[in-house]
Amino acid sequence: MAEYKEGDTMLPRNQGTSLDLDWVASLQVNTSAVERRAATLPKRRSVKKQWQAAWLLKAISVIDLTTLAGDDTEQRVKRLCRKAMKPVRADIVEALGVQDLNLTTGAVCVYHEMVPTAVKALEGSGIPVAAVSTGFPAGLSPLKLRIEEIKQSVAAGAKEIDIVISRRHVFDQNWQALYDEMSAFREACGDAHVKAILATGELNTLRNVARASLVCMMAGADFIKTSTGKEKVNATLPVSLTMIRQIRDFHEQTGFMVGYKPAGGISSAKLALSYLALIKEELGDRWLEPDLFRFGASSLLTDIERQLEHFVTGRYSAKHRHAMG
Amino acid sequence: MQWDEAMNITEIFKTMEYGPAPESDSAAQAWLEKHNRRFGLFINGEFIEPSSTEYFESRAPATGELLSEVARAAQEDVDQAVAAARTAQPAWEALGGQGRARYLYALARLVQKHARLFSVLESLDNGKPIRESRDIDIPLVARHFYYHAGAAQLMNEQVPGYQAVGVAGQVIPWNFPLLMLAWKIAPALAMGNTVVLKPAEYTSITALLFAEICQEAGLPKGVVNIVTGEGQTGSMIVSHPDIDKVAFTGSSRVGRIIREATAGSGKSLTLELGGKSPYIVFDDADLDSAVEGLVNAIWFNQGQVCCAGSRLLVQESVSERFYVKVRARMDKLRVGHPLDKAIDMGAIVDPKQLQTITELVAKGEDEGEVYRSSCELPSQGCYYPPTLITDLSPSAFLMQEEIFGPVLVATTFRIPSEAVALANNTKYGLAASVWTENINLALDLAPKINCGVVWVNGANFFDAAAGFGGRRESGFGREGGIEGLYAYLKPKRNFAPLVPVKAFAGNEQHSSLTSTGIDRTAKNYIGGKQKRPDGNYSRAVYNKKGELIAHVGEGNRKDIRDAVEAAHKAASWANTSGHLKAQILYYLAENLSARASEFTQRLVEVTGCSAEQAQAEFDASITCLFQAAAWADKYDGAVHNVPIRGVALAMNEPMGVIGIACSSTQPLLGFVSLVAPAIAMGNTCIVLPSEPFPLLATDLYQVLETSDLPGGVVNIVTGEQKVLMKTLSEHDDVESVWYFGDEPISGSIEKAAAHTIKRTWCNHGQRYDWTQVSMKEMLRHATEVKNIWVPYGEG
Repeated sequence: MAEYKEGDTMLPRNQGTSLDLDWVASLQVNTSAVERRAATLPKRRSVKKQWQAAWLLKAISVIDLTTLAGDDTEQRVKRLCRKAMKPVRADIVEALGVQDLNLTTGAVCVYHEMVPTAVKALEGSGIPVAAVSTGFPAGLSPLKLRIEEIKQSVAAGAKEIDIVISRRHVFDQNWQALYDEMSAFREACGDAHVKAILATGELNTLRNVARASLVCMMAGADFIKTSTGKEKVNATLPVSLTMIRQIRDFHEQTGFMVGYKPAGGISSAKLALSYLALIKEELGDRWLEPDLFRFGASSLLTDIERQLEHFVTGRYSAKHRHAMG
Repeated sequence: MQWDEAMNITEIFKTMEYGPAPESDSAAQAWLEKHNRRFGLFINGEFIEPSSTEYFESRAPATGELLSEVARAAQEDVDQAVAAARTAQPAWEALGGQGRARYLYALARLVQKHARLFSVLESLDNGKPIRESRDIDIPLVARHFYYHAGAAQLMNEQVPGYQAVGVAGQVIPWNFPLLMLAWKIAPALAMGNTVVLKPAEYTSITALLFAEICQEAGLPKGVVNIVTGEGQTGSMIVSHPDIDKVAFTGSSRVGRIIREATAGSGKSLTLELGGKSPYIVFDDADLDSAVEGLVNAIWFNQGQVCCAGSRLLVQESVSERFYVKVRARMDKLRVGHPLDKAIDMGAIVDPKQLQTITELVAKGEDEGEVYRSSCELPSQGCYYPPTLITDLSPSAFLMQEEIFGPVLVATTFRIPSEAVALANNTKYGLAASVWTENINLALDLAPKINCGVVWVNGANFFDAAAGFGGRRESGFGREGGIEGLYAYLKPKRNFAPLVPVKAFAGNEQHSSLTSTGIDRTAKNYIGGKQKRPDGNYSRAVYNKKGELIAHVGEGNRKDIRDAVEAAHKAASWANTSGHLKAQILYYLAENLSARASEFTQRLVEVTGCSAEQAQAEFDASITCLFQAAAWADKYDGAVHNVPIRGVALAMNEPMGVIGIACSSTQPLLGFVSLVAPAIAMGNTCIVLPSEPFPLLATDLYQVLETSDLPGGVVNIVTGEQKVLMKTLSEHDDVESVWYFGDEPISGSIEKAAAHTIKRTWCNHGQRYDWTQVSMKEMLRHATEVKNIWVPYGEG
């Protein structure tokens, strides 16, 4: 796992708050204005040369390298874990002069059935295993089973649990139900960190996204996450801006620092840089560390590797020159 | 440029700093070198040496480096440029819309082809961030030429009955050098005018590259002339006798000087001047987005924007929270070399300007609480940190004065009406932003703010399809949209020179009232009541035979003062529905018509005209009232097709209080022709009837009184027009003055109006034939277009 900055300490977990419906109701999001900010930000912030290389390495360090397919097998997951441990070709690492970083991805993210395989494959690497849970991706299996699923994944060694919320509670504006559900999931996680997937593409409006984000944080989510990767629309910059502004307000009001994970659709190095800049601008540098920020991505890593090789050699690189996960 | 690159990757991985992201200036420097860093004047399609042989320096504000030497045009050069434009104009106009559209299209394409060169030169010369010149200024320039290629194409359909003004003299500022050039040149050329343009002395370079692309486009010689120079050169253009139209963008101080300098010349004039635009944040706004909007409002182009949202008004209940957010955002702004692609603010345009900002802030900062961004500033060059000054009262120096830098001043309000009052508590009236998620509130406020542009939940949206321009001391005229085309047009008609009409002199043999019956004493008509003139003097009115036919009041400045106050008290007339205004105008026509014989006889009696002439004038007056009534509920605004998801509503708003001096050639029609359109559009007015024939107006009192017209909408003061008009023109609370009287005083009216940059409409010695003036033309004088931008979108 990537090194922390000097002086970094383990952050206190978000203990949550009681449900403050007045706060939830007061949230306003102006969609057009958020879109404008999201559109201009990548043009306001550009990182070049060694800065870009360093930023791309940072992006790798916060990737939840993910496989969530019906055809996943143990071998497939093992392969992914190897890639997580050695995300960049050794000669490139050497040319960049970053051997000391001992770069790995932030985590490996799999379905419950693959947790034991991943835990075993990653043994000693320090890379945590994240499990998607609670009837992922729809979240419509019986509540009792969803809670049980969390417990089993934790028991199997998952350090992070990515739960999905019940979207219907958002459409009903039934914040109490969402809060109770999230609280129950958080409790079932025990010491494992819990990421709340909002399925923002289905929530549709940024106002819904903002309110669901806040309620999940009130109920103790360690991270809030955009998408399962299975919705028609996954992570976007406007959605991200909306969610991280809620994280910022929540921190200001409660002192708790909640992490953010955009997932799905982030497959280019360039876009990853925009996300990092967005986080740096709106939340600050501390949120760029893996305990507060992750990319949920599968193909992003390859594109970053290509850009890094380009930085080293000055030649545009090809995908097949970098090992598959 | 030097960039520090000594940093290793592991180090950066830990600090996550941005590092430099320089845009190369090599192509721009090569272009300057190609010209030996020395530019002549662009006159008649050629670059020529200035007759003075004098040049001045243009430097990069970020570093102080010399970019180029630029010619200083002298009088002979300006004469030559104007002559070239004059010679070229008829053929350019005769080329027709399609012919001109081809050239404008070529210019648009060439701006796009050389977009990066333009952007880099602009940032070097002006100091603005390359992101802004690359993503905002230059694309808007290309857009402006595209739009006006279309405007040229459609001229006959869009503005029938109008023709080019002739030769336009244009003086532009340094804050958006090429964009302001485009705003001036594109509509002028589209409508068939030729131009002599002077860029600001700090920022001439992109105008000279533009001159080059005019050559590339094969633009006919003399259609565009660029003369560089300082203020003096500008004043030579403005006061040149062979210039037909002056367009100026810049400070209100210089705008006032230009208004005075052009007064009485008959030159058409548009002014786009300073501002202190309010940025209003309600408690139900998306506060984070409102904070980000401020970045675009006041920290865009280092705050050197005439319409910058420089006056923050926040609802009390959220003000402290909002200020905390603004300060946090300010600390994240990056100030640096304009060619760094990862900065938010570049350099102030010139050391002199930096000094002005510094001095203004120093003068007023004690009155509030000052917060300066903690961001780093480059060690050399003209930089000023983003600054917020809160806790200011409306009376504070910095709440009133335009700073023209990255300095935001703030105060709070309690309720919407107080927000409006604060917003309007300024001599300016350019733009406003309103932040609220409540559409009722936003659309209620937008018309109430005295300005030309309102952005709902946004700031600084610009587009060629939407008019831009101000009210009050922010100037008059619009740039962009169909409303902007009229700045470069005049109606296709000519009037004969005015022949003054003299009042008939009294004959001593007939010194008693001739009419039989009871004495009718015409007083003034103020606030819906007949009021005895303040001075308690009367003037006698005689007929052709010299017989005394009546007395009218001898109005004085105090009557004008009272009439203006009454007109303001009747301001709610502006909110009366078009339907009701139409009914009242029809009712006026009906009641006037019932007195046809009385009025036609009166016309014959007072003017000595024939009965047929009197009947024709009377009939035309009734027609005019019907016309105004017809338009009252039909003079619609527009929804401009701007490239956002949203609408730009171009609303025709009344001017407010108008002072009107009527003509004598058609004493009844002259009155009705001006007053009917004024009130049809919701204005209230102070009318000075024809001086020799005031009785046609005073006879109307009873018609007005019986037609449900609210008191104060039309106020009539009789007396000496020249004297009364002077008071009206100088009155700070009159928005517009129209003069069609007999005296050669159009110039002195325009001069007096300069103090508050009042709108004026004067006859300039022409004998207006009211049957030849279309009602629509008059409605344009009676209104000002406000563009209200409303972006929308939810899921």
